[in-house]
Amino acid sequence: MLGKTAGGLYWMFRYLERSENTARLIEAGQRLSLTRPSGEDEWSSVLETAAMHWGYQAAYGADYTREQVIDWMLRDKDNPSSVLNLICMARNNAKTVRTALTREVWEGVNECYMVLCNKLARKVAERDLPEVLQMIRQRTAYVRGATHGTMLRNDFYDFSRIGTFVERADNTARILDVKYYVLLPSAMSVGSSLDNVQWQTILRSVSAEGGFQISYGQDPRPREIAQFLILDKRMPRSLSFCTDKIRDNLGYLMADYGTRLKCHDMADKLALRTMQRSIDEVLDDGLHQFIQEYLKSVAELGNQIEVDYRFYA
Amino acid sequence: MTARSQSSVVYPCTASHSGLMNDRVNFDEMWGSGQESIRDPYADFNNWFQDENPSRLRKKQREADDLFRLTGITFNVYGRAEAAERLIPFDIIPRIISGREWSRLSRGIEQRVRAINAFLHDIYHRQEIVRAGRIPAEMISKNVAFEPKMIGVTPPGGVYTHIVGIDLVRTGPDEFYVLEDNARTPSGVSYMLENRETMLQMFPELFSRNRVQQVSNYPKMLRRSLAACAPNCAGDRPRVAVLTPGIFNSAYYEHSFLADKMGVELVEGHDLRVVDGRVQMRTTEGYQPIDVLYRRVDDEFLDPLNFNPESALGIPGIMDVYRAGNITIANAPGTGIADDKAIYSYMPDIVEFYTGEKAILKNVPTWRCNDPESLSYVLDNLEDLVVKEVHGSGGYGMLIGPTATKKDIAEFRKKLKARPGNYIAQPTLSLSTVPTFTRTGLAPRHVDLRPFVLVSPDKVDITPGGLTRVALKKGSLVVNSSQGGGTKDTWVLEE
Repeated sequence: MLGKTAGGLYWMFRYLERSENTARLIEAGQRLSLTRPSGEDEWSSVLETAAMHWGYQAAYGADYTREQVIDWMLRDKDNPSSVLNLICMARNNAKTVRTALTREVWEGVNECYMVLCNKLARKVAERDLPEVLQMIRQRTAYVRGATHGTMLRNDFYDFSRIGTFVERADNTARILDVKYYVLLPSAMSVGSSLDNVQWQTILRSVSAEGGFQISYGQDPRPREIAQFLILDKRMPRSLSFCTDKIRDNLGYLMADYGTRLKCHDMADKLALRTMQRSIDEVLDDGLHQFIQEYLKSVAELGNQIEVDYRFYA
Repeated sequence: MTARSQSSVVYPCTASHSGLMNDRVNFDEMWGSGQESIRDPYADFNNWFQDENPSRLRKKQREADDLFRLTGITFNVYGRAEAAERLIPFDIIPRIISGREWSRLSRGIEQRVRAINAFLHDIYHRQEIVRAGRIPAEMISKNVAFEPKMIGVTPPGGVYTHIVGIDLVRTGPDEFYVLEDNARTPSGVSYMLENRETMLQMFPELFSRNRVQQVSNYPKMLRRSLAACAPNCAGDRPRVAVLTPGIFNSAYYEHSFLADKMGVELVEGHDLRVVDGRVQMRTTEGYQPIDVLYRRVDDEFLDPLNFNPESALGIPGIMDVYRAGNITIANAPGTGIADDKAIYSYMPDIVEFYTGEKAILKNVPTWRCNDPESLSYVLDNLEDLVVKEVHGSGGYGMLIGPTATKKDIAEFRKKLKARPGNYIAQPTLSLSTVPTFTRTGLAPRHVDLRPFVLVSPDKVDITPGGLTRVALKKGSLVVNSSQGGGTKDTWVLEE
């Protein structure tokens, strides 16, 4: 396959995953601001988690109003990671790699684009927000489903999956990076209702309230949340799960092409570091430092994949 | 429902070519020219239509639009601030040609396409046709479409125009004319294929009632035909790729569609590089050679080292690989000399010169304005003629005398006098009409037809039918999509 096609698929799936995650972050932020009226400053933390705060500050300064932040995240043309821009880029990529996609996947992306362009053409009124966010999640999930159900399990698929999980790993790690302090052991002793709300928000940001409850019971404890989001192999958005998937798919490429590359070593190293530790070790060594190192390693791995598989040159 | 409306526009004929024109109302392919009953090819369709409910059809028309939009069959409109994507309007009423009509047409098309290829070989080698005095030397040497870098080059397999589109118009039951030849990069074949798919999906019952010849194996034939022209260095399974200028090109949908249906790579200039004397593409496993490049990039942009140095769309050095015989470029560079509008006027001679037969398909009589006598005739009769730029395309830069304003005509007169060699003129043909679905029922609209032809060393394949373009505006003769034209599914019935 063409290097350009590999890169096009990888980024198309990153953009789709990112737009879905952005919708989830907005949802969690909105919920928080509704249940806690003084939650205005929560929006700056939502922006930071989505890595959109620098651009926002450049445009609006430190004025974090709900309406303005949501508009920035959903549809502002000046925000390269706004959902609208992401969906446009995903569709442009889909056009570029059209020959690598099944008809179902292409039509899924195209319809996602048509529907969301229409919904995001104007500012979204608060009462329409739930519907729009749901639509973003449904449309992107549809593409993922069509990919799963119709695409050959070949290198096209591998690059699509690698893009999905690199983005997802990055997203979960960012949530932890911004919220790590509420998960520290010291926070447990506080045990205030404030922390409870924060814990719920974290779980909501990764659509995992139900999954957590099944696995750990009704009362979220910070140590268990950290365990769940970082190490739990059943949890499809945990760092461990995403790392495994990246490594698996890189492994299929290695077997398929018969060549081991630098990115394979990096993926192995990353997997070792995330998985062969207990949550206590992670907490003891410093949660924040762990997360920051993880974010850096995933970014480096992403760059190496682009080089090793000749996305651009 | 059955109310017959007729085109209110009847075009005047010029005295010297009255044979071309119908003094009566123009010819409609379903209703004929006057009082006769429904023409044979449309008989069954008409029965079906009579039983249809107009509101169901209106719904179907909307469904068709949605289907096109979802599939992404759009084209980009240039020169707009927002990269606008438009649908080419699709009309659900098919254009129907009988098997007998088609077999005569296809004989004429094959003859013409073979002559075009022979002409191209000759023009870039011994120029026998010039030596024989059938075409003036300056028509070739001073023609911007003539490519000196092709002199003495014989493409692999000897084929110059692998893919040709012949634009035909009809003026009567047995009168077809070639309006122009497209020997560079004819487009529109994806519409031919998708129009049929859409019709099959929306009106399956029509295809049970009528025996319509298939078009769907075009991509397979295209791949076979391209592979058959592979250079000697290719292996048993020649590697074919489609070269596109990229997703913002107006015909990008078609490029990706053809690559997808052929199962070959869709590449852009920056995916390619000349390595070890071959054109190679950058894959996830390194560079791999390409044998046949179906390029949808104009000559000028193909190779910045050999042509336009500013081009970012091409591949530096590809022409050197080509001249060394290590890649097939389809169509060959320099084929534009064969579809140039000034050369067009010589086509009857060209066909006769290379095939030894009279041309089966007629040319539209053409005045070359660089000839002083012709120019003075054209200037005297502008309000009756169609005047075209020799190198223009897409329906731009032309004058349609009968519908033009006095001001348009005066302006064109100035242009003509300033650069007569830049123009040709033709009588205004009374193009046939085909019923088209409008808000008030069926109404006649003018059409043309572009059949698609594939040339390989051993044969010429013509897909039965082609792309019917329809001028959706009442009375309009301009069918180009850039000027508000639409398309129809084109049926050729089994004989």
